[in-house]
Amino acid sequence: MTIAEAQTAEDGTIQHAVVRVRKLKVPITLLAIVALLGLLFLLAPAHGDTSYRLAESGAAIKLGSIEVPAQPAIWISWTIALLLALYSLLRAFSYRPTPIWLSIVYSILAMFAFLTWSGAGSQAAVPVVGLLAGSLSLAVPLIFGALGGVIGERAGVVNVAIEGQFLLGAFTATVLGSLTKNPFVGLVGAMIGGILVASVLAVFAIKYIVEQVIVGVVLNVLVSGLTGFLYTAVLADNAGALNSPTPFKPFAIPILSEIPIIGPVLFDQTFLVYLMYVVVAVVSWALYRTRWGLRLRAVGEHPKAADTVGIKVNPTRFWNLLLAGAIAGIGGAYFTLVSVPNFTKDMTAGLGFIALAAVIFGRWDPIRATLAALLFGFAQNLQNLLNVLGTPIPSEFMLMLPYVVTILAVVGFAGQIRAPAADGKPYIKG
Amino acid sequence: MSTDTPSGAPDAGAESLALQSEAAAQTAAAKTAASGLHGTPTQGDVPPPPRQNLVIRDIMRGSVVTTILAIVLAMIVGGILIAITDPAVQKAAGYFFARPSDTIVAAWNAVVGAYVALFQGSIINFGASSFQQAILPFTSTLGFAAPLTAAALGVALAFRVGLFNIGAQGQMLIACAASALFTFNLGLPMWLQLPITLVVGIIGGAVWGGIVGLLKARTGAHEVILTIMLNYIAFYLVSWMVRTPSMLQKPGTNQPISAPTPANAVFPPLFGPQYPQLTWAFPVVLLATLIVWWLIERSSLGFRMRAVGENPNAARAAGISVPRMFVYAMLFAGGLAGLAGMIQIQSTITSGFDAGIHAGIGFDAITVALLGRSRAWGTLFAGLLFGALKAGSFTMQAMQGIPVDIVLVVQSLIVLFIAAPPLVRAIFFLPKTDAEKKAIAVRKATKKAAKKEAAAA
Repeated sequence: MTIAEAQTAEDGTIQHAVVRVRKLKVPITLLAIVALLGLLFLLAPAHGDTSYRLAESGAAIKLGSIEVPAQPAIWISWTIALLLALYSLLRAFSYRPTPIWLSIVYSILAMFAFLTWSGAGSQAAVPVVGLLAGSLSLAVPLIFGALGGVIGERAGVVNVAIEGQFLLGAFTATVLGSLTKNPFVGLVGAMIGGILVASVLAVFAIKYIVEQVIVGVVLNVLVSGLTGFLYTAVLADNAGALNSPTPFKPFAIPILSEIPIIGPVLFDQTFLVYLMYVVVAVVSWALYRTRWGLRLRAVGEHPKAADTVGIKVNPTRFWNLLLAGAIAGIGGAYFTLVSVPNFTKDMTAGLGFIALAAVIFGRWDPIRATLAALLFGFAQNLQNLLNVLGTPIPSEFMLMLPYVVTILAVVGFAGQIRAPAADGKPYIKG
Repeated sequence: MSTDTPSGAPDAGAESLALQSEAAAQTAAAKTAASGLHGTPTQGDVPPPPRQNLVIRDIMRGSVVTTILAIVLAMIVGGILIAITDPAVQKAAGYFFARPSDTIVAAWNAVVGAYVALFQGSIINFGASSFQQAILPFTSTLGFAAPLTAAALGVALAFRVGLFNIGAQGQMLIACAASALFTFNLGLPMWLQLPITLVVGIIGGAVWGGIVGLLKARTGAHEVILTIMLNYIAFYLVSWMVRTPSMLQKPGTNQPISAPTPANAVFPPLFGPQYPQLTWAFPVVLLATLIVWWLIERSSLGFRMRAVGENPNAARAAGISVPRMFVYAMLFAGGLAGLAGMIQIQSTITSGFDAGIHAGIGFDAITVALLGRSRAWGTLFAGLLFGALKAGSFTMQAMQGIPVDIVLVVQSLIVLFIAAPPLVRAIFFLPKTDAEKKAIAVRKATKKAAKKEAAAA
């Protein structure tokens, strides 16, 4: 606790002595990772070169591959990462927080060192564009889910049902998309699926004041059962008519996609990715800069105060939860309209919970949650690459990463994490 | 429980109260971050329990009528789903306006056929040739109920202490992995091997659950997030173990599956081999139910745990260590989930396991515990009901072609309806409860009093 016991002065005013606390957890975490990497590089030294393939064969600007001598590259980037961690420690001792750019540069360096180590001496090249593009693509549902989660929780409703919203969204997307042979109708269907789940959550959480975590968990089971039932009873026999949607096709944005490396990563994607850019930008701007965002946050932080100034707390929560459901539902569309063009039982495979992890790791902030989702998508994609490169690290440990990181975050190793104050608390007037 | 008022200044008037509320507002952020666990009440009454604890009270005080109606309602919704997906009904609906009776008859046949199959697959098979064949379905119900009830007891116990244990799945997996790692190769006689395997598994589950309790107690992290994340960590850990030869992989194969459970560690059938699914695991679960009942309702530790569940603030004021109760509760909950995992590999599937050995029991257990209103015996009955649904669903699929997933729908609907008694009452036009009537009466009385006062002024 950073505020000491209140002292009452002689004239009756209350004075708080502000205690400043050195927040050492971030620098310690950074140093620990550097130490672990250093051990890894020392105990299993890399030999030879690592080749990075910078452009795919069809690119306009030919960059070809770069051969990086493994040993020097690893140790140079490791040393810089160490210096950054030490700088973060230094700042912590003078009571200053670790800036976000430092964490980003640090993680890129650590990642580069790790990749160089994994790929050293391997015949296969590290496909930089493929790796990044794949990560972005895998992160798309996570980002939509996380944004939905952020909106819901900022309004004060805990949403454990992101998984259910994904699954029903994927299901309705495939049905509507197959019936109309139009991916955009499928997308609308996905939003409807997300909204359906969200409306049940909203009714039970807001009207009947049922504990939101319970409703969320039960809704996941319900959606899993419902889609599994309908899939076996209806879709399996009519796969042609109901379970073969026209998927979104990637299309390149003319000039932007010619930029080396980031062009094909960012601007040669499907419609869903471009939609994601827009939604991320709009949500993160509107949450802090518009009347809607202010009201949303007020309702989630201090509903009583919000009610006092005339904001209708429960309707605000209800409608925003539906909006959050629609956004999370778009994430569900990814599974059947981009990833694989048909629905299978329980195809979301726990990604909804990774999205929830991204919400928490991103501290209930749209931009941070997006970055967290990107990180988790990268971790998911990295395990494929590590298999190709023949790294001794088992892929399961890479898949575990998002969950471990989230646990570390909630137990307080990623700086202060504070949920919206009224998150999960129903508002009962009076 | 006495609300032990600390020696507050007796002359504390309105002014100091106002000051206190101001100070309270300033520390509100810090308090809410720790969900009110570390804020010390300085004056006046003990703060009311957090919302989470009130929910548990609501769940426990629901009436039997609501429970039965919730089950009926869920079965009706399930019936509607069965009817609209039935091919005969769809065919008849094609000429619905020409002859509506056909559709109705087809729907009736579909639903009745399904539920009769459910009954025959779970309780008594009328068509059987012998008594033994006739009650075989019931023994398979008991077989399905055993792990479900064990895991649900863990969830229920945690509920009573105010904790949501979503992590039974992970605890089961770690239990299986631990027992396989440490006991599968011992080669002991049955009277040693069986209990040792069981106990090591229970300890494994307890450790995985205890991590949650410890982290919650030490850092205030929310157990729901912790358990969900630990479920996936356990899943990937076990996935990795069962495909790594030096860990758990079955020797001599490339498949990601563990070695089979040693024959000496398998629960023998209770009434002989003609009822293969009813093993000694079921009496073990009955014993576990008895122990949980005694622990919660009769023991001193249980009293302290329940006190924390009712109101952690009051419990702390009475001198109970709240963090310690969290750790104990999660240890017990994990151990019971571990028992469920052990029943899975020592009785249900003895031919080796992979990361899917939990079979969804971890999440089903939450619904069972909620239906059982978090009480030991209630959980046992709920476990029997859901075990029957599970056993019957396979017959339903075989006889009527209805996917087993319908059981998940019915289960989750039951819990949703139970969680919202006003909804069930509204659907069945039931009168309001006494508490609701009282609230309305109080509201009317205050309104009247205010009017009178206004008139007098």
